Amino acid sequence: MNDNKNSCAFAAAGEDSRVVFTEEMKKDYTILLPNMLPRHFRILSKVFQFYGYHTVLLEENSEEEARKVIDAGLRSVHNDACYPALLVIGQFISALESGKYDPHKTALMMTQTGGGCRASNYIALIRKALKKAGFGYVPVISLNFSGLEDNPGFKITIPMIHRALYAVLYGDLLMSLINQTRPYETVKGSAEALADRWVDRLVDEMTHHTIRYSTVKKNYDRIVADFAKIEKTKEKKVRVGIVGEIFVKFSPLGNNNLEDFLVSENAEPVMAGLVDFLLYCMYNPIVDARLYGKGKKTVFIYKAICAFIQKKQNDLIKAIRKEGSFTPPSPFKNTLTANEGYISSGVKMGEGWLLTAEMLELIHDGVNNIVCAQPFGCLPNHIVGKGMMKPIKEKHPDVNIVAIDYDPGATRINQENRIKLMLANANEAMTVNA
Amino acid sequence: MDFIDNLNIDFDGQTVIGIDIGSTTAKIVAVKDNRVVYSCYERHFSQVRPKTLELIKRVKDIVKDDGIKVAISGSAGLGMARAAGIPFVQEVFATGETVKKFEPDTSVVIELGGEDAKVIFIKGGMDERMNGTCAGGTGAFIDQMATLLAVSVSEMDELSLKATRVYPIASRCGVFAKTDIQPLLNQGAAKENIAASIYAAVANQTIAGLAQGRRIEGKVMFLGGPLYYCKGLRNAFKKALKLDDENAVFPEYGLLSVALGAAIYASGQKEVFTYDEIESKIEKSTHERTVALHGEPLFKNREEYEEFKARHAKASVESVYPPDYKDGEAYLGIDCGSTTTKLVLIGKNGEILYSYYDSNKGNPVEIVRAQLEEIYKICKDNIQIKASAVTGYGEDLIKNAFHVDFGIVETMAHFTAAHHFNPKVDFILDIGGQDIKCFKVKNNAIDSIMLNEACSSGCGSFIETFARSMGYGIEEFSKLGLFSTGPVDLGSRCTVFMNSSVKQAQKDGADVGDISAGLSKSVVKNAIYKVIRATSVEELGTQIVVQGGTFYNDAVLCAFEKEIGREVIRPSIAGLMGAYGAALFAKMQKTEKSSLIDREKLEKFTHTSKAASCHGCTNNCQITINIFNGNERYVSGNKCEKGAGLKESSKEIELIPNLHRYKRDKFQKLMDDPGDGTRGTVGLPLALGMYELGPLWYTFFKTLGYKVIFSGFSNRSVYTKGQYSIPSDTACYPAKIMHGHIETLVDKNADMIFYPCLTYNIDENISDNCYNCPVVAYYSELLSGNMESLRNTEFIYPYLNINNKKELAQELYSVFKNKSGGFSKKEVRNAVDKAFDAYREWMRDIRDEGVRAIRWAEENGKRVMILAGRPYHIDPEIGHGIDNLAVSLGFCVVSEDSISDLTTPPNVNVLNQWTYHARLYAAAKYATEHSNTELVQLVSFGCGIDAITTDEVRAILEGKNKLYTQIKIDEITNLGAVRIRLRSLLGALDFARYSDI
Repeated sequence: MNDNKNSCAFAAAGEDSRVVFTEEMKKDYTILLPNMLPRHFRILSKVFQFYGYHTVLLEENSEEEARKVIDAGLRSVHNDACYPALLVIGQFISALESGKYDPHKTALMMTQTGGGCRASNYIALIRKALKKAGFGYVPVISLNFSGLEDNPGFKITIPMIHRALYAVLYGDLLMSLINQTRPYETVKGSAEALADRWVDRLVDEMTHHTIRYSTVKKNYDRIVADFAKIEKTKEKKVRVGIVGEIFVKFSPLGNNNLEDFLVSENAEPVMAGLVDFLLYCMYNPIVDARLYGKGKKTVFIYKAICAFIQKKQNDLIKAIRKEGSFTPPSPFKNTLTANEGYISSGVKMGEGWLLTAEMLELIHDGVNNIVCAQPFGCLPNHIVGKGMMKPIKEKHPDVNIVAIDYDPGATRINQENRIKLMLANANEAMTVNA
Repeated sequence: MDFIDNLNIDFDGQTVIGIDIGSTTAKIVAVKDNRVVYSCYERHFSQVRPKTLELIKRVKDIVKDDGIKVAISGSAGLGMARAAGIPFVQEVFATGETVKKFEPDTSVVIELGGEDAKVIFIKGGMDERMNGTCAGGTGAFIDQMATLLAVSVSEMDELSLKATRVYPIASRCGVFAKTDIQPLLNQGAAKENIAASIYAAVANQTIAGLAQGRRIEGKVMFLGGPLYYCKGLRNAFKKALKLDDENAVFPEYGLLSVALGAAIYASGQKEVFTYDEIESKIEKSTHERTVALHGEPLFKNREEYEEFKARHAKASVESVYPPDYKDGEAYLGIDCGSTTTKLVLIGKNGEILYSYYDSNKGNPVEIVRAQLEEIYKICKDNIQIKASAVTGYGEDLIKNAFHVDFGIVETMAHFTAAHHFNPKVDFILDIGGQDIKCFKVKNNAIDSIMLNEACSSGCGSFIETFARSMGYGIEEFSKLGLFSTGPVDLGSRCTVFMNSSVKQAQKDGADVGDISAGLSKSVVKNAIYKVIRATSVEELGTQIVVQGGTFYNDAVLCAFEKEIGREVIRPSIAGLMGAYGAALFAKMQKTEKSSLIDREKLEKFTHTSKAASCHGCTNNCQITINIFNGNERYVSGNKCEKGAGLKESSKEIELIPNLHRYKRDKFQKLMDDPGDGTRGTVGLPLALGMYELGPLWYTFFKTLGYKVIFSGFSNRSVYTKGQYSIPSDTACYPAKIMHGHIETLVDKNADMIFYPCLTYNIDENISDNCYNCPVVAYYSELLSGNMESLRNTEFIYPYLNINNKKELAQELYSVFKNKSGGFSKKEVRNAVDKAFDAYREWMRDIRDEGVRAIRWAEENGKRVMILAGRPYHIDPEIGHGIDNLAVSLGFCVVSEDSISDLTTPPNVNVLNQWTYHARLYAAAKYATEHSNTELVQLVSFGCGIDAITTDEVRAILEGKNKLYTQIKIDEITNLGAVRIRLRSLLGALDFARYSDI
């Protein structure tokens, strides 16, 4: 169902050396998943397991482990490759070297979007790194919806995607509620503990043979109700939006635990969920058809998918709104037009127009302080992040946006110092307004 | 030092203390009875907590039993404030408080600190900005530059006041600036001018990097140490911002503004402490040692170190006392390096008769002169110098000054020396003052050469400068590291990052020894993982020779052996290997008589230099004219032979095909013919994708009846013209220069400017997809949002499908149908047809010329160089005239797009989805199929996508035993390093050819 791709003679270039994940391998191979959003991915991993794949989510539990990941990444990836590539590859290589898994019975899985950003080449970089480290025989499964690579042992099916979508939505809901609760909880750690209990429960549900949507919706209600019960203070705190390159925006490993830092600095983190990014990816072919007349025939599929996911997102929003204690995420319908007057929806590489739109939505929701997180030297972010700050600030002079670069060499102190500057101003502004 | 005692400040009689711990200095201000009773500014030499304690104790008697409000600020104060439980205020915020209190009519504040640069806009919407993670150009940078010039910071300031001219120096990053300054020094440019240029670069960088499109005007206040002390820097800022004395404020409390701000902040806090509480809080935090990441010590004990020393002492060279030398013949090698000058005089069997190694103190000519005098004193009748050779950055300068017989590229000099030392050597790593070089050796020839890119430096001079900044000499500093019990992990990227890692370690309480050992480890890791990019020790080979002055540092040597887990050879003359290799090379040449300047002439030797601009071509190189002995002229700094005044040879050079030049000439023809269209003027910026599709758009608009004007080729001033509106400093130079092109078109009064957004580029059917990179595709969005000058000029940037004529015509019709009197669908369709014809014809012509060039090379026995990159790399400013340099070295130059169709596309291991890159891969494959063809890849700094292509191009070439050469380019205006690269390539090719025979 891909029209992004050109029908040209070399679609299979480089395929000759690729280690394919065979049906045989499915039986007893462990599939390692990189980690971006710990809670989302724990549920997602369970979805794959339900379909018979032995997936393991890679998690770093200490600073030392994180350092090991970074070191392995540094050793294996080109100097100028971006930080997310370095971290993901670092996770894989250090896992393979850890002795926990038999490398001859292990496969790796990575998403591949096929977009014009270098991220589409993560898979190639992983294979190179594997070869260099002596793991050339380890198959890498490309998780993509555009038919870029095919693996007989790994089939993406509609029911599987359907189930995965719920994993993402659950994850988004928990993330949003944690962020709104954690800064105010009177008993430290109660929001996260509750979320973890829910993850355990949801993981368990993912192994049920049928998932009824009515149950999902009921879960939404229960989750929201549980969070509403957590005892909170009435203080007013500065709300800080986080936008950015998808990996460093979400991954605590990538952004030096940005959410934790904001909470520790008396601020409330606000961020759009993963489902927005999925919708953005599905929406791009629709834009391509409109702008370039590409794939006009198949565009209806994407339209249908978008409508379906949007409907699901709206149900989640409804659940939050109904209970009334929390601010729901804004629906993708609003996101779609937020960038108007700033940047065209034709900008579709990396996070593209979505990043700009997310900043504007945050501002619209009264979140005037925004951290724009990106890997050092991220190409699309020159334009959609840093390049859009001036036009945004011109129309919204009270807004404070700080761009933070993440990199293996960049120190936390520099990053935190810049965020602290923003917070100092924000706190002053809040006092003045009060 | 008392700075601002008795300054009045209204705190309602409260007693308040403000403390500011920056990256290099600590400051304190104590206020009592509404006036400053004590203030102090001192370097803390990384002893953050003891220093703070010391400062606070000094005010003990003043504040006595008062209830005290206190706050800490500063980048190194954060951790301590947290540990001590004392209020913290962010330093830029603190500065803002001070300014609002004392100078409320200020519109902008510029503050330079040790490692931070900040701009605070006060009037017209408060906005505070700090430099990003990749931006040097601050106090620490000025310190480093002073070290480079071998003067103190205050001497450098005095020098700068006597400057007569300013050289352009890359202002983005300290490391880059250094790459520019070093060659200027080596070419003999006056220190006065360099000092002033450094300040100008700092000023430009601060303004361009932080203002980001917002204009700095009105009353500007300057704060921070460097601006307090350096008059030259003040002048540079005043000049760059066009400020008069009235609007440029340099307050007496400039050094203490943050501490004052901390005090102001503290005065508004509720918490009140007693003196004893404050002291004990800080004291307690002093004892905390919280560094998370300590590595293994270098040596467990002294015995282990002694053993290590004894082992390395074995690798030494025989030296002979000159009066005892019997064989008569002697050979001189000079290595005029970037920071040091080395001379070696050897005898018939390679024994050393005399050697010299010292910093070149910014004036290598004088050092070599004095040393030659010394050598002639030694050379009595028993020693005759039969030949001499010079290598290193200053090769040409020294060769011309003293009539040295031979020049040899430094890579070959080092290889020759290492080979002499250990004929089985298969890996050489050389870490010098500024460079890291490493060679892999196969079959007695250099197999591959890797040099550090400007961004991953972290070499010898870096440790030295760091040692000095912490108040130590290099030897003492490295000794402290040897027995550190816990070297800190400092990461391994560029020096700017390392500075902040050190800052963090200091904050966490690491001592000097831990930092010294940590730095040694970082330098080593930098070399192994960044320059060599090794994943395992096996890749390095078994017979490893390490050399370069940096390896005299036992901490570095040990760290290297530890890191690779293998013993290596460090010759006792590690720092002299270049000179030694040059001497060996001179010896191998078997000359009868040396042309080296003789004793009498040396006595009368004179050297003067002056700066000038070359107008030989559009590059307008800044050159230095050296005059030796009153009448021998030598020009340095030129990018091609033209500048050297060699008219004859430049004619010959013009006969050699050069596709870069050919393409530029073609664009020049378009530019010379804007047409006499009556529908208005369209401006096309000649940058990024316009270098590919320029002829297409030119024809399209011309056919529609427009007059078409291009912005023209880039030069430095085009860049500076648009610099102020660049929002992302780390974007590539080809993108950043776009701003200047737009300004140029606005100045040329174009009715509208056109640069479309093209997600997809031309599909040449040789790749999986045909994307443009995000920057080429969408830069218009950024331009539109950030360039104020576009507010009054129509800027058209539609999203277009360039691969579907029908769609394209449709889209363009909807854009233009009502413009300039209106167009019919047919007119637009016709123009699109013509445009595509023109583009196809253009590409056909380039490919024909490519074939012609290759044939010419074959017929004339020349080597072909595919100078490959992106279409915009042919721009004279972006490509820095590297094509001309290659031609002057004897290559026939073709571009990647002129020959990429001569072979079938290769199988690649990456997703081959960008049009420009697909050409690169094909060009690389073509090179592997032709023995006389080499590929050199130009990579713009900051190009993330080239992180993928470079590896792949290398793999294609090395898979067929071809040498891979990559040249990183940016704003850097000097070609010294490029020349070394290309000559090394030639050297390696020649060496290979000889060994074939």
